[in-house]
Amino acid sequence: MSLSQAFFAIIRRDLLLALRRRSEIANPLLFFVLVITLFPLGLGARPQLIQAIAPGVIWVSALLAAMLSLDSLFRSDFDDGSLEQILLSPYPASILILAKVCAHWLVTGLPLLLIAPLLAVFLGLPNTVLGVLMQTLLLGTPVLSLVGAIGVALTVGLRRGGMILSLLVLPLYVPVLIFASNAVTMASSGLVVSAQINILSAMLVLAFGVNALANCGGV
Amino acid sequence: MLKAIALSCIRDDRILFAELSFSLQQGQVLLLEGKNGSGKTSLLRILCGFREADAGEVLWCDERIGSAQYHADMAYVGHLEGIKKELSVLENLTVALALSIPGRYSIAEALAQVQLTGYDDALVLALSAGQKRRLSLARLLITQRLLWILDEPFTSLDKQGIQLTQTLMTQHCDQGGMIVMTSHHDLNLPGVDVQRIRL
Repeated sequence: MSLSQAFFAIIRRDLLLALRRRSEIANPLLFFVLVITLFPLGLGARPQLIQAIAPGVIWVSALLAAMLSLDSLFRSDFDDGSLEQILLSPYPASILILAKVCAHWLVTGLPLLLIAPLLAVFLGLPNTVLGVLMQTLLLGTPVLSLVGAIGVALTVGLRRGGMILSLLVLPLYVPVLIFASNAVTMASSGLVVSAQINILSAMLVLAFGVNALANCGGV
Repeated sequence: MLKAIALSCIRDDRILFAELSFSLQQGQVLLLEGKNGSGKTSLLRILCGFREADAGEVLWCDERIGSAQYHADMAYVGHLEGIKKELSVLENLTVALALSIPGRYSIAEALAQVQLTGYDDALVLALSAGQKRRLSLARLLITQRLLWILDEPFTSLDKQGIQLTQTLMTQHCDQGGMIVMTSHHDLNLPGVDVQRIRL
């Protein structure tokens, strides 16, 4: 057995678990969809306004949906001792934890990405912006999972870590929010957004590196 | 092989143990005895590397524990079994196998050893507490682990289960394995060198 086999075994295990506990996946996704669909109802028939705030609305909802799903990342494994067994594996714990984060993104981040174009159309974003929106979500949501994992790793041992988790993680999410929603806003006015996309890519690479280091210490 | 040098453990303001030293060779069993809260589990968790000893150190093959080699050689079964209840018996063991180095028994053989043949596709949710214990024993058998660290391995097992566990332990020691364990039950391992430490 090799490291890559262990990596994929963890991903496969977590996907299977997600499949058997469907409500856990459905929750953040439902939250994302509900919040976004409620905005036009609350704001009334003002298409220009809705279109103008759409990037921010989509990204704030994505961010809160990610926060909502974070606790499930390590909670059940911590409670039933599986996390101990993962740490006792001869393979590097950072890689195995990274597998868990990948599985978590596949279960919570990817569905947001897939449903986002539909919601963007619903909010009246021009079709030309969809590409940029998808790009920011593709780069940004993994950052949310990776950075969030560090926060969860630090708070999973606490009885009620929810509040501390939000305080720890939310400030680190803010740069992603700023650059991603700014990219979508700029794109809808027809401007070039390669700078924002590059910064988001850099954040993703940084989050991968920091995640590997921090999770070892944290867990 | 396993050597503890002057270990101390302090919890809150109580000294659980101090200056505790022992060494364990192949084929030996170390049984930790003591009343509840005397530091047995704390000592096991120090041996696993989950907890730092307040003083002293633990050596495995003359190296400090924590290396990948140590993790390849040891296995821990604690109060928490580390088994996912939403997964089937087979799925649980497959993951355990992927996370370590394959051992002397295949999954089917190990299940036969712990008398769980035919339960492959049963969800762990549906197993009794004793069956779950036996499943965690099967996890020890499918991987190549020299040192078993067991925290109360006989909890919730029936008479046959306890007998079975002791047979497997004796086999493990005969093949050169080592066991560190805590237990409130009497230990009956014929022909095995058992050291006892009272905490």
